[in-house]
Amino acid sequence: MLEKRIVVCLDVRDGKTTKGVKFKDNVDIGDPVKMAAEYYRGGADELVFYDITASPERRGIMIEVVRRVAGEVFVPFAVGGGIRDLEDMQAVLSAGAEKVSVNSQAVRNPEIIREGAEKLGRQCIVLGMDAAADETAPSGYRVFVDGGRKQTELDALEWAKRAVELGAGEIVLNSIDADGTRDGYELRLTRMVSEAVNVPVVASGGAGTPEHVVEVFRDGAADAALVASMVHYGDYTVADIKARVHEAGIPVRLRW
Amino acid sequence: MRIGIIDYDAGNVRSVETALAALGVEHVRVDTPRLAERCDKLIFPGVGEAAAAMAVLGERGLDRALRRHVQDGRPLLGICIGCQLVLEWSEEGNTVCLALVPGKVRALPSGRGDKVPHMGWNRVTQVGECHLFEGLPMDSSFYFVHSYYPEPAKGEYVVGTTEHAGVRFASAFRAGPISAVQFHPEKSGRFGLKLLESFAFRE
Repeated sequence: MLEKRIVVCLDVRDGKTTKGVKFKDNVDIGDPVKMAAEYYRGGADELVFYDITASPERRGIMIEVVRRVAGEVFVPFAVGGGIRDLEDMQAVLSAGAEKVSVNSQAVRNPEIIREGAEKLGRQCIVLGMDAAADETAPSGYRVFVDGGRKQTELDALEWAKRAVELGAGEIVLNSIDADGTRDGYELRLTRMVSEAVNVPVVASGGAGTPEHVVEVFRDGAADAALVASMVHYGDYTVADIKARVHEAGIPVRLRW
Repeated sequence: MRIGIIDYDAGNVRSVETALAALGVEHVRVDTPRLAERCDKLIFPGVGEAAAAMAVLGERGLDRALRRHVQDGRPLLGICIGCQLVLEWSEEGNTVCLALVPGKVRALPSGRGDKVPHMGWNRVTQVGECHLFEGLPMDSSFYFVHSYYPEPAKGEYVVGTTEHAGVRFASAFRAGPISAVQFHPEKSGRFGLKLLESFAFRE
């Protein structure tokens, strides 16, 4: 039986790891390569790196980070942030990442998903999506871009389905409302999207305790759970989270 | 001892190289039959689509190189698409494969509750004794990404099974000098590296 994945998220700025609250006031908390290796040894099933201030001149720094991570981390990892075209995707993958994540750029140019899936395989194209509650949206949730700062006209559920049709092989679904609160994942949104698409959905935003992770697997129908602050600040380890998930009767990788 | 990694633009050659480098195993990329000749063992990795993969192998003469390698009794390890292509035929694009091992490649059924592609960590139940799994706990988890699964013709080939989408399939099999795993040992943490190490040093 397929095991639920614990995905550790590292936000990277200028080659250093950060974790912000509600996308603002990011503070540096460490070296991404060292942290990645540590999480790998600690049982993380997957890692995801977001270059949160991606700009053309910083791309080289991120590629170097990816290359170094690939030499130490032997579980899959994804890279997102500032991916504009097929060339960017190829650069990240050939540096050793397993997957590449597109977010704002895919909203502006959905064809990037199709192109990536056709040329590189859909399994490595991840749609990153930032959504927030909005009563006027058909599904009750609206898509945001530019690090959650800018609202779009897209309905979250419609966009998720369309992206999968275009070729996205996985969705990382981040709730702007829950992000950084550590009050738990947005279960309703997660379940709605996960049940509507046939690709894995990684729940993101709001994890504060192992119990939250159990909830998003059990009640949110998530295939994977993204964690950041709760492990970065040392409150819990990946092993703590997995022990609790296992205790709840949910399949998870326990030996590594 | 030299290990060649078949390079046919199929995606994950680099991760296999990185894993072998971490294990201190001498290795070389192989994109011509001549390079393949000089290798004691070959790793046949790959992510992608069966028909496209077979086309590139053919263009580079690597299909014949793989056949000759195996006929000489030299060890071969197929990974993911490489594991599927050693069989006779794939349902993916109705593709004729290398036929180094009798058997077929089938599509995982969708709509049975489990999502397809089968992506993530799943347990491999070992069947019988196989040196590839030496030193690993029973039912160790490995990382999978695939929509099609191998179906070797004989049960005696099967050394590991995994269940997804209502199918218990052969996630690892062996026939003569050929070993094949549907999962990605190069992305399966310490246990995956251990398996590659066993192929490198114990085969």
